[in-house]
Amino acid sequence: MNVCVPCDSTAVSIGADEVADALTRNDPAITVKRTGSRGLYWLEPMVEVERDGQRIGYGPVTAGDIPGLLDALRSGDTGHPLCVGDVEALLESQGQRRLTLRRTGVVAPGEWADYVANGGTEGLRKALDMEPQSIVDAVKESGLRGRGGAGFPTGIKWQTVHDAEATPKYIVCNADEGDSGTFADRMLMEGDPLALLEGMTIAGLAVGAEQGYIYLRSEYPDAHRMLERALESARTNGMLGDSVLGSGRAFDIEVRIGAGAYICGEETSLLESLEGKRGMIRFKPPLPAIQGFLSRPTVVNNVITLGTVPTILAEGAEVHSSLGMNKSRGTLTIQLCGNVARPGLYEIPFGVTLGHVINDLGGGCASGRPPRAVQVGGPLGAYMPVERFDTPMAYEEFGEAGGMIGHGGVVVFDDTVDMAAQARFALEFCSIESCGKCTPCRIGSVRGQEVIDRITDDDDREANIALLRELCETMIEGSLCAHGGMAPYPVLSALNHFPDDFEPRTTAAV
Amino acid sequence: MSKDETGDALEIESICARHEQREGPLLAILHEVQEGHGYISNEAVGRIAHYLNLTRAEVYGVVTFYPDLREEPPRPHMLKVCRAEACQAAGGREVWATAEAMAADPDCQVEVEPVYCLGNCPCGPAVQMDERTLGRFTPEKVSALIAGASGGSSS
Repeated sequence: MNVCVPCDSTAVSIGADEVADALTRNDPAITVKRTGSRGLYWLEPMVEVERDGQRIGYGPVTAGDIPGLLDALRSGDTGHPLCVGDVEALLESQGQRRLTLRRTGVVAPGEWADYVANGGTEGLRKALDMEPQSIVDAVKESGLRGRGGAGFPTGIKWQTVHDAEATPKYIVCNADEGDSGTFADRMLMEGDPLALLEGMTIAGLAVGAEQGYIYLRSEYPDAHRMLERALESARTNGMLGDSVLGSGRAFDIEVRIGAGAYICGEETSLLESLEGKRGMIRFKPPLPAIQGFLSRPTVVNNVITLGTVPTILAEGAEVHSSLGMNKSRGTLTIQLCGNVARPGLYEIPFGVTLGHVINDLGGGCASGRPPRAVQVGGPLGAYMPVERFDTPMAYEEFGEAGGMIGHGGVVVFDDTVDMAAQARFALEFCSIESCGKCTPCRIGSVRGQEVIDRITDDDDREANIALLRELCETMIEGSLCAHGGMAPYPVLSALNHFPDDFEPRTTAAV
Repeated sequence: MSKDETGDALEIESICARHEQREGPLLAILHEVQEGHGYISNEAVGRIAHYLNLTRAEVYGVVTFYPDLREEPPRPHMLKVCRAEACQAAGGREVWATAEAMAADPDCQVEVEPVYCLGNCPCGPAVQMDERTLGRFTPEKVSALIAGASGGSSS
């Protein structure tokens, strides 16, 4: 009997290894295949058994459940209380359309035969038969935009590097997924790392680069192990090296580990760090596409962006461009977490509303209390109130509602949240992680915390609220990068949507 | 120069030699030196600078920029506790407060550091003990974890 148990670090963090051990201990005839996670985290650790071409899921499972679960696994009994039925059908019923994470949770990560049997290398094989310009054109036609947060059209970026004359050129994968509430990059790297390597290789063919770097955050030791395993597998099977799949064209990839600095997720800071320097941001222009790593033309793309490329090449640009709304094409890997009943990864075409995600998919707050504020797009994203739950999850539409989609992270807070404390934290975080290069970010973030303290201490309140707004304006307009330039958004959104939370605190004391 | 120091010098030199052909090798070298010694000493900064033909200030500047790189030997165990928003929404502020208070005990064998996201957001509050990520944490669990690692002395 073949049974799948995730080796994804989040599933492991709540007992997936113990479940896998219990399975083999109770029945040595069971073969346990370790996969990534499907992203149905409220059901983790989830066990899947293959039956009639379907994967039947059971979850959440503890090691103690295994003796009682074995009969159900053997017979495919769907009446067991932990059974969730056909997992693919469950994903479909949620409106999921898996382009990027199609193999995550399905294959054994880094296993070459499993990868190829499930569509791996199809995109790369097509790319090898195409002119570099045609690859760039396919990415343009797909409408793919940078999934790391900025949403810049990927094809345009590739065109700039393709057209640049300086050599050598580089492909850099930004795997410094530092935003709170985001874990899609980690899931792909742990669950289907070969897809990322394939996407980077296609990028290399498109722009004429022979070397790729993955800048991975140090907080992801499990993703590091998976990537190294996948690199070895890709080299052994000829996907990387002097002759990519026998084409005579060279491409190789190296993983570099960061050292705990959030700012290194900003692309110019990342490049500095990759060069072995302090992660101080650079002025733009020149753009990294013109002068990036070691001042050479460099594609810097996020994990999910690069991981989506193989599917676009394999199935045609239309598979991607036909999904989504307006200028937001394809799927968004929505990462739903915080205080929510069904946290997880939902890969869904752009355009579903925030309220649908939180209430219908997420099942509301885990605490059973009503949701009050939702932070979308990481620690620099605005807090959205319940009144804005009708906003569609798409770049421009979300921006018009005063928010930012960013990397697709959605963090839910219930009605016990203190929004003045959240606003203060946004600035505290900004000050801790500031690279220190520009004054609005370095100093403004510290002064902002002091001003919020004065507001909640009822010290010249009205004047200090005006001062806080002015300070936020200065940071937005005057900061060199998005770190200081966007940290005011959670602050201002808290102030605008939840003014009651900024009332004086002192009166409550006896 | 004592025998130990000579050994250290040779080791650092061989680490530098292993990485010097890489493009932008300094961060990788610092990671490996710290892995072996637990921290990056003043002497190590000097030796690395000498080998790479950089100033001491350039190397020291990198050491001080990154939260992961340390100039002092750490306690035997490293506990990173997530302080970021997704974990806050699930009760992370209390987990952090408990861990921080326990780490104030000089006998505590656990280095407690804040971290701003471990990517374990769907099962927060999250902590990472010696590279092992743990989810759905509570003040009670973190207290038991730190006490256990400290031999029960700081329960």
